Amino acid sequence: MYSNWETVIGLEIHAQLSTNSKLFSGSSIAYGAEPNTQANEVDLALPGTLPVLNKEVMNLAARLGIALNATINKRSVFERKNYFYPDLPKGYQTSQLELPIVEHGELFISVNGEEKRIGVTRAHLEEDAGKSIHGAAEGCTGIDLNRAGTPLLEIVSEPELSSAAEAVAYMKKLHSLVQYIGICDGNMQEGSFRCDANVSVRPKGQEELGTRAEIKNINSFRFVEKAINYEIERQIDLIEDGGEVVQETRLYDAEKNETRSMRSKEEANDYRYFPCPDLLPVVIDDSFIDAVRGDMPELPDAKKARFVSDFGLSDEDAAQLTNSRPMADYFEAVVADGVEAKMAANWCNGELSAWLNKEEKDVAESPVSAAMLAGMCKRIADNTISNKIAKEVFEGMWNGEGDADAVIDAKGLKQITDTGAIEAMIDEIIANNAGQVEQYRAGKEKVFGFFVGQVMKATQGKANPAQVNQILKQKLAG
Amino acid sequence: MTWHTKTLTELSNAIAARETTSRELAEHFIARVEAFDGELNTFVTRTFDAALAAADAADARRAAGESLGPLDGLPFAHKDIFCTKGVKTTCGSKMLDNFISPYDATVVEKLQAAGMVCLGKTNMDEFAMGSSNETSYYGDVKNPWNTSKVPGGSSGGSASAVGARLVPATTGTDTGGSIRQPAAFCGITGIKPTYGRVSRYGMIAFASSLDQAGVFATTAEDAALMLQAMSGFDERDSTSIERPVDDLVTGLGESLAGKTIGLPKQFFADGLEPEVKDAVDAAINEYKNLGAEVKEIDLPNIGLSVPVYYVVAPAEASANLSRFDGVRYGHRCDNPEDLTDLYKRTRAEGFGDEVKRRIMMGTYALSSGYYDAYYIKAQKIRRLIRDDFLKAFEEVDLIAGPTTPGLPFGLGEQTDDPVTMYLNDIFTIGVNLAGLPGMSIPVGEASGLPIGLQLVGKHFGEAELLNAAHQYQQVTDWHKAIPAAFQ
Amino acid sequence: MSLDIDAVKNIAHLARIDVSEKDLETYTKDLSNILDMVDQMNAVDVTGVEPLSNALDATQRLRADVVTETNKREALQANAPATEDGVFLVPRVIE
Repeated sequence: MYSNWETVIGLEIHAQLSTNSKLFSGSSIAYGAEPNTQANEVDLALPGTLPVLNKEVMNLAARLGIALNATINKRSVFERKNYFYPDLPKGYQTSQLELPIVEHGELFISVNGEEKRIGVTRAHLEEDAGKSIHGAAEGCTGIDLNRAGTPLLEIVSEPELSSAAEAVAYMKKLHSLVQYIGICDGNMQEGSFRCDANVSVRPKGQEELGTRAEIKNINSFRFVEKAINYEIERQIDLIEDGGEVVQETRLYDAEKNETRSMRSKEEANDYRYFPCPDLLPVVIDDSFIDAVRGDMPELPDAKKARFVSDFGLSDEDAAQLTNSRPMADYFEAVVADGVEAKMAANWCNGELSAWLNKEEKDVAESPVSAAMLAGMCKRIADNTISNKIAKEVFEGMWNGEGDADAVIDAKGLKQITDTGAIEAMIDEIIANNAGQVEQYRAGKEKVFGFFVGQVMKATQGKANPAQVNQILKQKLAG
Repeated sequence: MTWHTKTLTELSNAIAARETTSRELAEHFIARVEAFDGELNTFVTRTFDAALAAADAADARRAAGESLGPLDGLPFAHKDIFCTKGVKTTCGSKMLDNFISPYDATVVEKLQAAGMVCLGKTNMDEFAMGSSNETSYYGDVKNPWNTSKVPGGSSGGSASAVGARLVPATTGTDTGGSIRQPAAFCGITGIKPTYGRVSRYGMIAFASSLDQAGVFATTAEDAALMLQAMSGFDERDSTSIERPVDDLVTGLGESLAGKTIGLPKQFFADGLEPEVKDAVDAAINEYKNLGAEVKEIDLPNIGLSVPVYYVVAPAEASANLSRFDGVRYGHRCDNPEDLTDLYKRTRAEGFGDEVKRRIMMGTYALSSGYYDAYYIKAQKIRRLIRDDFLKAFEEVDLIAGPTTPGLPFGLGEQTDDPVTMYLNDIFTIGVNLAGLPGMSIPVGEASGLPIGLQLVGKHFGEAELLNAAHQYQQVTDWHKAIPAAFQ
Repeated sequence: MSLDIDAVKNIAHLARIDVSEKDLETYTKDLSNILDMVDQMNAVDVTGVEPLSNALDATQRLRADVVTETNKREALQANAPATEDGVFLVPRVIE
């Protein structure tokens, strides 16, 4: 039933900029402080107070502009967006409408193996609002203005995403990018990276866009996907039942998995934007942009290409490693420690990622440091342990039992490489299993695995597999 | 003693010469406020105890040879638009009747650092919106020359207090003439410097792109002394200008020979009261005697100053005054039913009529569908007006003309018709739109009421402007006149 | 340009100012008069003229990204009409 419809999605992402102080005041933006302890005269909009622009936000915004291959406007203007809300102390939000700092960018996403270019219309600077605490006292809402004035970059995509999956891919790519370039910590629980989705549907082949609904403040990738899918179905069902989509703001309810209209904000808004007379046009020159460019970290796509060309990694391995900058950095640290790149990649993408996923940890929180993993890889390379035993060593390191050598010692996992010892063991096994020897010699080669198993069992897996194979073959041949 | 007949400069010299003390001066002027302010209503808040303590501290500094300079220990008062830490700061509004500022405006800090002794906060039109000081929540201020007349506005309290010599000087602010017009009406000297010369931090905003702080005093020399201490770049105000302040005081004394004064023909057209015209003409003759050349100039778009101003200023004000919402400070209505009720009744009760009118005017000018026709158009004409001034200044050093079209009018005479009231500022508003420094000095009288001459300088031309006023005051006595009732 | 009562009602709502029915008429008349005066602007051709929002054509200066503020909650909330446990209280907001 939905196959006759086409979906058009545009995302507005609010990324909180990683500064020390607020957009227009010297108050801290550190998360989690007691209410209103990080809100000064300016943040509270006391009479007579004035804003002064934080220089760092210009650097950070320019970095994003460069990363999105966008135009960085040499002249940008702050405007006042007027509306009354108790979390908005001045009665207007200082934002950028006509001349945002960044315009005309692009981001490439990959869905089902296909690459797609998504246009980024603009990214503008604005201040965050405070926080409403419902039920702070009987019948009241409490207002905490610690967050008021926190610098945000609102990154607006073109309506070029055509499925929830694409929207999530775009959001993940941008999420990774802002952390790569160090402009946002990407912490979605703390609200540092928030998404509003504009969703509309239209019959396939129709040129004109359908009426859109804006889903506000979706704070996880999973919810973005679910909310958009819910909204697409809702709109199609509505239209097919003869109804009409209303242009409105909707809220996603994760518990019920549905979006619902935010009636309180429905009233027609007239924001009366005009240039803020307390702030002057921000003018930057080429040398400013060049300096930012010179300071830019390597971008994910470039890093991926380098991993393929310099380290001989596969596209998939390189892509997985460069998805997040901390993982890429971790990998490079392992390699820098003298580990062969392919081995390092396998361990990062394999065991390390699996443990991180299982325990929902970030790379930064991994109990196994890059140096520890490198130490373990070296023991594989020098045949102290096998790949298989290494997994046990990794688990030991993860569980805080020390570095690779300590785990190997404590658990006696050192590989047996003494040819004489292995030979003696194999002789004994051959002597005790005459029947299987007969079968093997009669051409039933599968039995070979039985002998390997017996050796490993006898050595608790510590025999060097290559050696075992070689000696077994020799002896069984008779 | 008649210390109140002295200028700031004379008082400063008297203290230095040990002829008086800061304490004695503070007590003298406090007594004058107590004696006369019941009649004039120039003070909203009196801070006499703090003033006496500050005066004693100044005397102690002087005794210890640690004087802070020529202003140390001299009494004055602040317009109640400047935030003063620990002291009620009302901006003439019920909205802030209970507001004790937790911080000091930059201007307040600077004058404190210069050692000045603040006797209190002066009455003003509510949120500086008015030309007669009749919109104050704290009642009308009276003109010391005739208490049935208005003192002008919005800095009416500051002007009247100096006119009556209740204090030797005061601060003021000027968005469309709020220093120059009341200075003219009260027969004193007032200067509004170049936009950005004095920090606006802590000065409650009316129209941010036009507001500028300045001084009322009895002479240009005193105004120079005080403006010097108030001026300078402030990193807390993005619109304050990062540029060294000229030496305003030692610049006084330059001859005007060879200077050219431009007379905008539009300022001398119909509608100017004849008494005002005669006094201004006489003053211009005096300038010729001082060696200046006089030349007619054309400001072709100046006639649109008032319409442009009544779009731009209310538009900015409508946003600037949104912060008064009953949430974090100031008036809050009783028992709000819900948020909208909280906002609407708080603002209806807290603001007076003129403020509401201007907020609504500005809201309309910015609203969807009217923004281009009003706000953008006004800002474009603003450029034309400014450019007219800049072009004129290619040929002249100063511009002169009447400060007001007429003499001080009667209390209640113009309150029914906002547009008539707005036209009082017809000669002063263009100067704000162009960001230029402007002054008014007393140059005559008619029917016992003073008449002001407006002088306008180039951007950052305060020194030249003050010198021109000073030269005139060296050869005339109008600035020495004190209303009979307050001698 | 004259305004009607409904337009003034809408403006008053946008500005969050309660205006009584009686006062609406006065505001409508006053605002219409002001707009008539403002309409003198129509006489000027401003084609090609850039709007001027700062008379000195100055540009924004930038502040170093340094935290300069410490907690001043108590002092700053001394003027607040209603607070509890450090938050400002307003009538319940329904979303």
